[in-house]
Amino acid sequence: MRLRFPQALGYTRFVTVSAATRAQTLPPLAAAALAWAVPGLGHFLLGKRQKALVFLVAIPAMFVIGLGLSGRLFPFDFSQPLAGLAAVAARGVGVSSLVAGWLGYGQGVVTAASYEYGNTFLIVSGLLNMLVALDAFDVASGRK
Amino acid sequence: MTSHLGLLVLFAFFVALVSATISHDDPAAQFRFGARIFGGFVGAGLVLGWLMYPLPF
Repeated sequence: MRLRFPQALGYTRFVTVSAATRAQTLPPLAAAALAWAVPGLGHFLLGKRQKALVFLVAIPAMFVIGLGLSGRLFPFDFSQPLAGLAAVAARGVGVSSLVAGWLGYGQGVVTAASYEYGNTFLIVSGLLNMLVALDAFDVASGRK
Repeated sequence: MTSHLGLLVLFAFFVALVSATISHDDPAAQFRFGARIFGGFVGAGLVLGWLMYPLPF
């Protein structure tokens, strides 16, 4: 990545920034938040592009398969604790889970043979992306 | 696809892929770890399936 530094003498200097330096410039919380919002975005900005590509493909694919299997995006109803926890877990996928909910996807078809499989894919895709966000936090804070 | 085995294999593949990518940086180590997770999921599913086969409910 090249950063632009304006100089006092009226010219512009471009400096090449290594992945390690970039990791130090991206705050850990920002890395985790971006990784949550779009799977792989945190790792991409931290210079781990191959990992980012895997996350960008695999996690949304699991989420879409879950919707295709008639899974349900549960509402945040903690009077039924397991349903509430499932709601939190599935929202771990980030913005796409919120958009899917707004567009009316994820209503769930209880009578479908694949309903429980769909729920499992939705929930686990969210949980995996939460792990990805934690990993981005660790990378940005220099622990990995 | 609503095949139990097919969905199990698909699920195991994605979980193994993401877990291995998170936990290791070296491609060879990622492959070994991912293969262990994938095999564990599929193997455990098959073994538990056969163990439950005689159950009447």
